[in-house]
This record gives sequence, structure tokens and C-alpha cells, in this order.
Amino acid sequence: MTAVITIPASLDEQSFETVIEQLAEVPGDAKVLVDARHCRFATPYGLTALLCLAQSREEKADFAPPEDGDTASYWSRSSFFKYADELFTMRGTVPRARSAGDSDVLLEVTPVAKNEDVHTIVTRVQEKATQILTQKLDLEPRATMGFAMTLSEACSNIIEHAGRGGWVMVQRYNWSKRRVGRDVVQIAVCDAGVGFRRSLETSRARALSDRWDDGIALETGVIGGVSRFSDPGRGQGMKGIRGWVSRFDGKLTVRSGTARIAPIIPDWDEDLPRTDGMPVFPGAQLQVIIPKRVARP
Amino acid sequence: MTHIDVQVALEDSMSMPYHDLVTRRTGAAVRTLIERQLAGLADGSVAFLDFTHIGILDRSCADEFVAKLMIPLSTEHPPRDGYVVIRGVSEDHVEAIESVLLAHGLALVVQFPDGARLVGAVTDRERWLWDLVMISGIASAETLPADAGLTVQEAEQLLESLARRRLLCRVDDGYCPLGRVA
Repeated sequence: MTAVITIPASLDEQSFETVIEQLAEVPGDAKVLVDARHCRFATPYGLTALLCLAQSREEKADFAPPEDGDTASYWSRSSFFKYADELFTMRGTVPRARSAGDSDVLLEVTPVAKNEDVHTIVTRVQEKATQILTQKLDLEPRATMGFAMTLSEACSNIIEHAGRGGWVMVQRYNWSKRRVGRDVVQIAVCDAGVGFRRSLETSRARALSDRWDDGIALETGVIGGVSRFSDPGRGQGMKGIRGWVSRFDGKLTVRSGTARIAPIIPDWDEDLPRTDGMPVFPGAQLQVIIPKRVARP
Repeated sequence: MTHIDVQVALEDSMSMPYHDLVTRRTGAAVRTLIERQLAGLADGSVAFLDFTHIGILDRSCADEFVAKLMIPLSTEHPPRDGYVVIRGVSEDHVEAIESVLLAHGLALVVQFPDGARLVGAVTDRERWLWDLVMISGIASAETLPADAGLTVQEAEQLLESLARRRLLCRVDDGYCPLGRVA
């Protein structure tokens, strides 16, 4: 029997949890139909996490695309269907793929599987990032470098540690009606690989820890900068990401397995530093939000 | 003195016209190529690694390339007698390089448009002494000014440590800057 997984009308980091909750009720080898017919909005996190969902199923999942034309068109321009076509069995028609003309898409859904992918991502994102970061977010031109470094480090982590390819997407939003009240750029880097806990299973930190679960592993890796390698130079990437996000008043969240941490929570948002006991989802899902700069009084 | 264009090394090692030093694999490939180039130099040579044409340098790549290039050279018994100076770096490059050098307790001489300075794990006293050698062109423990506040033995230890870490050259009558980059 096919289990139906309903995608919420608005799919983002928070609402993707409802998707994971539904998946938790279904055996890993069961056939699922991911029903996105009524979805009208999806963030980079939502789209990349959907592809991770597909990768995580033992049996190829079915996918019902959004019925709303504008939504389906956006998903197509964001290159979502380009990869979803391979990972899901499509139940319904999707708009023909066209190149992204949206000025707000800094980087369409892009696979991260090998070293060359990171070079491609960094090259492509720089072309648009400078304009958007400086003109829309009022950030200094130098911010582009840190932005590209953050992307490269996050994507490198997939290649180095995930054991399976992942996805990245970057988009600008006008969030004037949300609590932050200004433009933001959102980065999502998601994979369905081994996750932090398994990646750090052989680390010294694990050996020294009495307790070991996804939450501790996340804190060890993201905040402690520990990697499965004992080399003192490891862990620099996460340190760099945290430094850049913090410098630009951004927010960083990482989910892995059954836990999620928010190591950097800016004043403009509220969140829990750590959440445990969530329904399991494979791999690691990272989200960075950088808001428009505001002049300090 | 040998000039090595890091972007050319990047392009050669990856067989692609890249300008960004990102990922550990890229860093390892560039390091391997540059290590081969350095191995062909005469003992005591100073190699200038020029980052002028490099765009992004991320920390993972900096660790794999810069830090791991320096680790063997900074040991008590280095595999070869050579020196490395970095030039053509942006503020972001320096930030990434400094971060990885600190993680390993290493330091490097970096040449900026307004002069050279040490980047990485050095004490204030080491930095002060190094600056003194840069200004004077050559120095020994015996010839340091009286207001240095160091005994001859302390000065000798510090200068020797800086030389062992490849931040100064040891010559017959004292210590001098690398390639006299001041």
C-alpha cells in the first residue's frame, strides 16, 4: 500500500518537520507518494530537503507536483524538477525546464557530490551574490567572499563527511511582513547521508563522552568544531561559517538525525538552542539566513 | 628567490581554469604540486607564493594547502632547507590563513604592500624581535640593543626558534629576513 505524505501549503524549515513526522509513521521500505499538489510556496530548505527525502527511500517514491501554475513554474525555474524527475516517479505534469531568470534566485537547486561541484557552485554564486548582497542587503562588498566561503565549507562537508551527495540552493526574500521586517538571503545545504552522529562515531570526542546522541554529536561537530579526523586543523570550516553568520547578524541552524541546533540566534528571531527527540531524518540539513544590514543607533 | 603563482598551480593541479581555492581535495592537490616545485629548489631558497590571482580561499583548503605545506618545514629536522613567503593576499585570504596557522601553532611571513609581517602563532616578544631583524637587516643575540630587555641567552633562543620555524634565515654572523623582504 502506498502511504501519502502531504506537503504543507508553505514548505520551509519549520513546516518540513510535518513531512518528517508523517514519514516517521511509514516503514523505510514502504512505497510513498509525496503529495505537493496544494503546496504554494517552498524555500531552498524545503526544496532541497524534498530531494533528500527521495534519496532516503528504499523504494522510489511517487511525487505529485504543485497544481498551482506559478508555484510549479518557480520550482521548475529553480531546477527542482530537473533532479526530482530522476529521484521520484512523477505523477502529473511539470512545466518544461527553463533557465532561472529570477533575479532573486542566487543559486538554483544544485547537486553537491564531488569536488568539482563546489568549484562550480562558488563560481556561479559569486556572479549574482555581489549585486544582491551589496544592493539589496546593504552588506559591504567583502561580504561576498565570506558568503562564498560559507557555501564552499558547507558543501565541502557533504563531500567530506556525508557519504552521499546532497543539494544546495540560495534565494533572496523580501521578509518585510515577517518579524525580521527586511530582506534576507537564505542558504540551504541538505544531504541524506550518514549525519553527524555516525560521522563522529570514531572521533575522540565520542570516545570521551559518556552519552552520545544526535544532539551531542551536532554540538560536538558544529559548535566544538570536532571532526572524525584527529588532525588539529580540522573543524575550521564550521568555525568559519559560524564566524561569518555571526558577523552579519545571521542565523544558523543545523538538523541531523533526531536533533536540531541553532548555534547562532540573532536578536531578530527566537529559537531553541537545541531540540532533541525529533522524528528521525537522515543526513544533515543546514540553513543560513542573512538579513539586510541595519544601521545601529 | 622563486616566484610561484598559486593560481597557475591551482590550474595545473586541477586541470581546470579555477581561481578559487576551495575544498580540502583542491588544497591537497595544489600543495602536492607546489611541494614538488619546492623540492627542486636549492637549499636555503626562498619561495614566494603569490595569491594575487586567487579569488576565494576557504579555511579547509587553507589548512590542507598552506598549513600542511608548512608543517614539515617547521619541524626540528625538516626534509629540506627552504623558506616560504606569501604575497598578494587579500584581507579574507589572511583571515583564513591565520586561522589555520593558529590551529597548528604555525606562523608565516606575509608580504603586504606596506611591508612584511608575521601571521599566525607568534608571541608579542617573537614579533617584536622579528621586526627588529627586519629593520636592521641582520641581527644576532650579541648585537641586540641594550633596551631589548633580553639576556643574550634568551635572545639566542628566540632567534633560533624563529629560524627553526622558517621565519628568519640563519647566516654566519646572525639572523636575517627571508629574502630580505623588508
